[in-house]
Amino acid sequence: MSFSFQIDLNKGTVQKNKQTLDPETLYDVLIVGGGPSGLNATLYAKRKGLNVGIITKRQGGLLLDTSMVDNYLGIQEMSGEAMAQEFLNHVHTLDIPMKDDSEVIGYKKMDEIHFLTLYSGEVFQGKTILIATGSNPRHLGVKGEDTYAGRGVAYCAICDAPLFKGKEVLIAGGGNSAVEAALDLAKVATSVTLVHRSQLRADSILIKKLYEEPKITVHLETQITEIFGEKAMEGLRALHKPTGEEKTLYADGLFIEIGHVPNTGVFKNLLTLNDQGEILVDVKNRTNLPGVYAAGDVTNVPYKQIVIAASDGAKAALSMNEYLNSK
Amino acid sequence: MQMFNEEIQGQLKEIFQELKGDVTIALFTKEGECPTCEETLAYMQEVEALSDKIHLATYDIQKDDALAKEYNIQMVPSIVLLNEKNEYHGVKFNGIPAGHEINSFIPALLEVSGQESEVPAELAERIKKINKPVNIKVFITLSCPHCPGAVQKAHKLALMNPMIEAEMIEAETFGELSMKHNVSGVPKIVFNDELDLLGNQPIQEFLNTMEKIS
Repeated sequence: MSFSFQIDLNKGTVQKNKQTLDPETLYDVLIVGGGPSGLNATLYAKRKGLNVGIITKRQGGLLLDTSMVDNYLGIQEMSGEAMAQEFLNHVHTLDIPMKDDSEVIGYKKMDEIHFLTLYSGEVFQGKTILIATGSNPRHLGVKGEDTYAGRGVAYCAICDAPLFKGKEVLIAGGGNSAVEAALDLAKVATSVTLVHRSQLRADSILIKKLYEEPKITVHLETQITEIFGEKAMEGLRALHKPTGEEKTLYADGLFIEIGHVPNTGVFKNLLTLNDQGEILVDVKNRTNLPGVYAAGDVTNVPYKQIVIAASDGAKAALSMNEYLNSK
Repeated sequence: MQMFNEEIQGQLKEIFQELKGDVTIALFTKEGECPTCEETLAYMQEVEALSDKIHLATYDIQKDDALAKEYNIQMVPSIVLLNEKNEYHGVKFNGIPAGHEINSFIPALLEVSGQESEVPAELAERIKKINKPVNIKVFITLSCPHCPGAVQKAHKLALMNPMIEAEMIEAETFGELSMKHNVSGVPKIVFNDELDLLGNQPIQEFLNTMEKIS
């Protein structure tokens, strides 16, 4: 167990002289989402002199669940969390009002003003809005997954790894997140088995580490068909596609790391989406509704990467500035 | 061993300027059989030293059993926070609130000292309407970035309604209890040992669940 301290000075209740988002103010730009995309958009919008506010479920967004980042230019290796902290520190130097721990559940437009309603019932208003709500972990969609969620089936490796000390775990997925989860869990679990339906698509540098770790076994071309158990999950059944062989793998836990689904929430029925459910934006981050912009993982911009989300946020802010100036 | 480096000490001192009234950390430990008691005590001593408003009182779960009973202490280490009148309002931590959990411990100190955060009126009304005893256990790990949010909300509910008691439970230290509640993902929020929620849920979900308790 580690006794180090990760103080988050940006947490609403801890933060000194915090700026609160004001329901009476008509903001130039209201940003929904506090991940890399939303934060970088904030930085750019503020520097353009715009009055900007953020509504976010979680400051730092998905970055907080990332164990290590080593592909952001200029930063050789940093935990996702430390990086989120750096981003937030930067944004907070600009005195940006932020509404934390909040979800937008209603949207309406009246007289060119966009109104966002939160779960708490509060309403905020902006001349433009930016949807940078990112994504949520994708589910396998197999029998038993919902039944055993939180009873062996897990979606956050850094959160739940300590609970699997001395136990056997399975990982579903073949991308960077899955391989990183396998490597993280190998530090505490007695054995780690990675199951993926096709070939690994993680970076080769990670794949090399994966095969070097003696605790990890890899099953490729293997499709998970069912998760079974009684009170808690006990294992899974899978199909080895090339041979048609049915496999039963027993373990105490299964970490599902198979990518993400866009978190479009209340905007799902208002905006044009693509087949993957992502918000369709043009090169200037415009959606089909005037004044409504989107950026980062929630959009059709390909390749879900921190650096791409961040740069997309910057681009969106500049585009929104252009729109506001033209009015 | 020094737990806080100078930088953290400085940050905490600044945060503790916001303490409104006095607050007492009542720490219950036990001689032997408590692998994290020593670290928890050292940690609390360092916290106490950072502000004149913070006081530490240490007890033994067996020797001070009357008091342990009063605060419903079931395991060690266990921390309850008392306000300036030395009253317990249901804010409890079982296990060391280190790692990420310092982010629920600091706000709890501030809130118990009277530096209260605001809750929208409509929610406050629902919270005050809860009229049956509710015990909220929030299982966490120290490496979980979104667990403190859940702990903070549970504690807030406890402070707003005397019927509610809210306790953080560090799942690694209290493995047996975690097993009993099938905790394999955190945060896991358990109400009166019967209903549960998974993940850092909005306060509305806490309320929806508590309103189901009959």
